Amino acid sequence: MDSVNQVEAAAGQLATDAGLSEDDCFHITMAVREAAINAVLHGNEYDSARQIDVTLENTGSRLIFVIRDQGKGLDPDTLPDPLAPENLLRGTGRGIFLIRSFMDEVNFRQLHPGTELTMVKHLAPAEDRF
Amino acid sequence: MALTIASREVDGVTVLDLSGRITLGEGSVQLRDAIRDLIGKGQKSILLNLGDVNYIDSSGLGELVSAYTTAKNQGASLKLLKLTQKVHDLLQLTKLYTVFDIHDDEAKAIGSF
Repeated sequence: MDSVNQVEAAAGQLATDAGLSEDDCFHITMAVREAAINAVLHGNEYDSARQIDVTLENTGSRLIFVIRDQGKGLDPDTLPDPLAPENLLRGTGRGIFLIRSFMDEVNFRQLHPGTELTMVKHLAPAEDRF
Repeated sequence: MALTIASREVDGVTVLDLSGRITLGEGSVQLRDAIRDLIGKGQKSILLNLGDVNYIDSSGLGELVSAYTTAKNQGASLKLLKLTQKVHDLLQLTKLYTVFDIHDDEAKAIGSF
């Protein structure tokens, strides 16, 4: 989990440096943490021989977070809806929902092998930021 | 900051004062073990004080849900106390706010068991 914590911290720093609000920074670190956990735990199946690849970028108008794993791949459209009444008491399955809730753009790409998850947070024009 | 758990008894209710982060790994496992230990000892009334929990990830949310269902399945009752704004918002977002009995006041929470 050290790698997950490092990715989370890096994302938080990028968001802070971009001048985002505390709430936005919290949401971004949470989304990126969830993505990193998914990559390590579900994508790479906690196999220490597999790696995750993470890139973080501030383009000036967007924060872009890309996380790649080396696993079997994932079809996010087949995941159960964690808000459905029959799923509310499940112990797992909320990570991608949180990512989609906190990021402005979320895209999955299958790498064969592996999955690439791109998350984007739009930045307000410089004059509108805190 | 790791999770710390302190336990105390108030009028037959076990209050677990949680502090720190409930996340995948150490924090969620600690919570799971604490709940199972209490249930195993026959405790029927458990109040989780989350007033000092500043971060919870999806695994932590799952652990709260598992704690609730474990307690319920064993005839016990588990309730939540003093959610921070961030945790409150997460429970609202994930509709888990409708699952738990949540209180802001400890005395009233104790009395509700």
